[in-house]
Amino acid sequence: MLVLSRKKNESIKIGDDVEIVIVDIKGDQVKLGIKAPRSISVHRAEVYEEIQRENREAAKNTTKITGLGNLFKKIKK
Amino acid sequence: MKIETTRFGDIEIKETEIISFKEGVLGFENLKEYVIFEMEDGAPLMWMQSATEPSLAFIIIRPFEFNDKYTIDISDGITEALKLEKSEDADVFAIVVIPEDPSNMTANLQGPIIINNKNKMAKQIISTNSRHKIKHYILEEMQNNRNNEQGGK
Repeated sequence: MLVLSRKKNESIKIGDDVEIVIVDIKGDQVKLGIKAPRSISVHRAEVYEEIQRENREAAKNTTKITGLGNLFKKIKK
Repeated sequence: MKIETTRFGDIEIKETEIISFKEGVLGFENLKEYVIFEMEDGAPLMWMQSATEPSLAFIIIRPFEFNDKYTIDISDGITEALKLEKSEDADVFAIVVIPEDPSNMTANLQGPIIINNKNKMAKQIISTNSRHKIKHYILEEMQNNRNNEQGGK
């Protein structure tokens, strides 16, 4: 992993298209500005981890799954 | 071609039915190919069975089955990745978790699956809409949705 030191308002470039600016630093919190083409998705890493966890949970549907249709029939029209 | 499955035994499918995730599904990055088929008990749910891992099958649902106001904004990056030319070619699914009490089943609208029906390319994306949560109680929202429909009449 490459580790760089940056001060407020300094930035780093990743490739030609992506720039990350240190917008603000307060205590243990850093505010980042990200300039990237719209084709690059930018998300907090926790969101990925949460979705991974939820997918693993969904894959555990190993027990016999029967009668789900009946649950839907109970919905009142 | 034949695929092996733990739940359904060997099933015969056409190669053209296989949907492929270039990057897999989050947490299952190594598995790229799946087939989708309907659950046969009248539930609006479908199976998304791995074509290569017999024991892996997700349950999925089309979000507008329980929320008729559902919309999703698909970014340019995604349409490019899936070579999606028209929005009509896109199919959207949410992965379902069935807990011990199945009446509390939830759908993950934060990480929906987009499929280009034209070329069967698929991707699990991350919705940027803050109303799309990781757990939506399907039956509850479906009932609310029905109630609202009636209220409007």
